[in-house]
Amino acid sequence: MRRLTPYLLALPSWMWLAIFLVVPMVAMASVSLQTGNAIDGFAMTFSFSNYSDALGRYSTQLVRSLFYGGMATVAMLVIGYPVAYWIAFKGGRRKSMYLFLILLPFFVSFVLRTISWNFLLADNGILFGTLKGWGLLPDDFHVLATTVAVVGGLTYNFLPFMILPIYVSLERVDPRVVEAAQDLYATRVGAFRRVVLPLSLPGVFAGVLMTFVPATADPINAAILGGTANTMIGNIIQTEYLTNLNYPTASALSFTLMAVLLVGIFIYARALGTENVLEAAAR
Amino acid sequence: MNPRLHTRRDAFRIAGFSAAGLALAACGVQGQKAAPPKADAVQDFWSKQTKHGKVVFANWPEYMPEDQAPLKAFQQATGISYEYKEVIQENAEFFGKADPVLRAGQSLGYDIVVMTNGIQLQHMIELGYCVPLDHSKLPNFAANAGQKYKERSYDPGNKYTIPYTSGVTGIAYNTKYVKEDITSIQALFDPKYKGRVGMMADAQEIGNFGMFALGIDPEKSTEADWRKAGDKLKEQRDAGIVRKYYDQSYIDAVSKGDVWLTMAWSGDVFQRQLAGEPVKFVVPDEGGTIWTDNMLIPKGAANPVDALMLMDYLYQPAVAAELDEFIQYVTPVPAVQDLLREKAATAKGEDKKALEDMVNSPPMFPTEADYAKLRGYTPLTNQTQQVFNPIFQSITQA
Repeated sequence: MRRLTPYLLALPSWMWLAIFLVVPMVAMASVSLQTGNAIDGFAMTFSFSNYSDALGRYSTQLVRSLFYGGMATVAMLVIGYPVAYWIAFKGGRRKSMYLFLILLPFFVSFVLRTISWNFLLADNGILFGTLKGWGLLPDDFHVLATTVAVVGGLTYNFLPFMILPIYVSLERVDPRVVEAAQDLYATRVGAFRRVVLPLSLPGVFAGVLMTFVPATADPINAAILGGTANTMIGNIIQTEYLTNLNYPTASALSFTLMAVLLVGIFIYARALGTENVLEAAAR
Repeated sequence: MNPRLHTRRDAFRIAGFSAAGLALAACGVQGQKAAPPKADAVQDFWSKQTKHGKVVFANWPEYMPEDQAPLKAFQQATGISYEYKEVIQENAEFFGKADPVLRAGQSLGYDIVVMTNGIQLQHMIELGYCVPLDHSKLPNFAANAGQKYKERSYDPGNKYTIPYTSGVTGIAYNTKYVKEDITSIQALFDPKYKGRVGMMADAQEIGNFGMFALGIDPEKSTEADWRKAGDKLKEQRDAGIVRKYYDQSYIDAVSKGDVWLTMAWSGDVFQRQLAGEPVKFVVPDEGGTIWTDNMLIPKGAANPVDALMLMDYLYQPAVAAELDEFIQYVTPVPAVQDLLREKAATAKGEDKKALEDMVNSPPMFPTEADYAKLRGYTPLTNQTQQVFNPIFQSITQA
């Protein structure tokens, strides 16, 4: 009995995973190989051509999504790392307040936050309208309906998921280690590059993982902020599923996206070193 | 590596794969094409239903006065309490969410839902998701609905649906930026407005406008016509004329001036005009689209009798007039025009002007000549929509 106890304790979480992850995945894998239509029903035909067809039709949007996700992740890293660094080392007693301020906008729903950008960045809205009034911008200047708006929206919407893990890993860096580096004649830049940065890499890894994956798959920002050539793969999956009721294509695209992301993460983990990854996972 | 662990892991893996393989083969998605119900089965169903004193109405946003006066009056007159939910934003999305629930034989939790004539409504009917209506309980509809609203190709004999309201898809423009009177659909293709034109993302809506621009009647169009329209719209996109393919959000974009002219739904624009925004609506000379939003009772609805009573109540001319004065779409009750005219005669000042404008507005009360310019959506079947949709989606979702 005692030998079984750990398994029994783990049972609820295994059940959870089985019901809400494994079953839907298997069902989706099954649907992705079926043919038919929503009225007459779909039947399993093991048609792997669903994948090649879907990929043939939508490779542009898939590549574009990876590109947007990547750009947004880099932008988040560039913005997020200094913020996390500053809070961890210079935040003093107000650390938790700063963290709270970062999270505050996220008490509002994702979609509403994105829609409010539509008002802020309107061609003649509070920001650009004023600047155009002063003659600082040309009349036809606009940000909405461009790539910049979509990537900007993604960056804004997922930023806390980059900042928080980096903050946690920096927070754990013992200041005495940095002092020791300086005692050993490291410059400030040297101490950062050779001591602080390597110690914070697990946080960076976790941050990139938590932002790149959802940002690449996101349909909301492209739909609300994008223009005629900003459609992402998430929008296509949504249309195939809800509008065209083409469940096999939608499932095949979802699986393709998942596979591409997994491969990407695997390569990325290899490049950063498995140890860091395991460490990140262990934390 | 611990060898015992290794074998155990392998065992899990094999078990997992074979289970997955079995499951893969087992789960298909069942079709449910329904045979039309027999007349006595319909009577049988309705004879078993009773009034429950409660009704849940699922509708689109901005489709009911904010004070919900017509519904309150209904509650007072019948003693039936109501819940009004603005949960439908788009036909495709609504159907996509409702389909698995109804397929599983469960209830949506709504007694009345409103859907536009189009492929999704057709699916609802084909799949047997609509409760056939008992017309003996719809006397107001029989007495007051206009003839056009009793003869609709997508639901002959109003077997499953009756109209809530109709509307026209035309062009809206912001008079602050567009200094000419727009009359032609070609304005949407004019390079002068490069980057300032909004088009709709919905395949049927944009498809119709592509066809109007080429002088094709969408109701009688063929696959070759769709492709020609697709080429025309692709040209428009590639020339950078279109800023964005919109859903409901087009109306904000045109009132703010992000786009100067756009495809638009009539009532939206009138509501904005009333709010003082510089937008104008026009049905282009080449043609506009007329569509109808329909009330239906979804299968599994808890209170069908109460639902039917509410649907019929909305066909009393006075109620329909009150509703139309707010939503400003095309009412299926022709008597409303006279009622609003009478009201205008006694009203004063701004109200009088607003009411007179409504009474004389062709997109609200189309004359026979106006109707001649208006066309429905391209009729699609489950097969043809698989050709139709990609032609236009490859433009709106490039």
